[in-house]
Amino acid sequence: MNETPREDRLRVRPYALTGGRVRSSTELALETIVRVTSRGETNSHELATERRQICELCSDPTSIVEVSAHLRLPLGVARVLVGDMVTDGFLDCNATPAADQDSRPDLRLLERVLDGLQAL
Amino acid sequence: MVFKRSEPARKSGAVPIPVKIVVAGGYAVGKTTFVGSISEIEPLTTEAALTTHSQGVDIAGEAGKTSTTVAMDFGRISLGDDLILYLFGTPGQDRFHFMWDDLVRGAIGAVVLVDTSRLEDCFSAVDYFESAGIPFVVAVNAFFGRIHHSLDDVRDALAIPASVPMMVTDARDRAATKSTLLELVQHALTRASAPA
Repeated sequence: MNETPREDRLRVRPYALTGGRVRSSTELALETIVRVTSRGETNSHELATERRQICELCSDPTSIVEVSAHLRLPLGVARVLVGDMVTDGFLDCNATPAADQDSRPDLRLLERVLDGLQAL
Repeated sequence: MVFKRSEPARKSGAVPIPVKIVVAGGYAVGKTTFVGSISEIEPLTTEAALTTHSQGVDIAGEAGKTSTTVAMDFGRISLGDDLILYLFGTPGQDRFHFMWDDLVRGAIGAVVLVDTSRLEDCFSAVDYFESAGIPFVVAVNAFFGRIHHSLDDVRDALAIPASVPMMVTDARDRAATKSTLLELVQHALTRASAPA
């Protein structure tokens, strides 16, 4: 698509939010869907702004790319923050780590997608 | 702190499983229109820094190198309560391929959108998916219902193997988009069920 100059949406350099890290201890695929846990709901007020916003946004199941888009965080930053929050038990996910996803979806899953699309 | 699986969760039900399809093609070929015609949300935009490929490098320390970002539009379709299909529209040029490795990992497959007046714009996407072994279909976007070349001519021009499905689509039309996605999923199913 288009290549645009970065807008200054964040008050700090984006990767300052991750302590300069570009990887999380939990590596997740960019489409991984997360939802806040009861621990996240109870303790979100103790978290830094971005993490608190992620807890609030993820009261409904939300993917990492959606977190990035809604909170205007670069994808890499959203990925590290969400990965950390899964590790810390603030968010729950239902995906295998990115490293295990080299294979394509299995037959059963593909059939469900086909049925689901047909029913639209 | 370690997350304990046994921790009682107040939220009920499992978190939905994500699946994804990549929509690739040249500039202004209609990728976002295609995604938007069937997405249940207005397509959203996420930005990835162009230096993402230098993973392991301390980006924060490389002042000036994160000044360029690439935008990627995406939409979503809920397929039942526990399955969500994401559609990612992605730039087709070679210099964005660093993003694709990440994007296609675990994907069902890809739709390569083609504008017959600018065939060369999709060479790079076709090459990529072919060499990466990703199931893909080639959909010629009919602007105003017209295509400038027949599907056979396009297949020849792009040297697309006979095993790769091709179709005419209309990115603005939900039914046409749906049918294109169905062809891709069917193609992925056929490939997945074929003996290795």
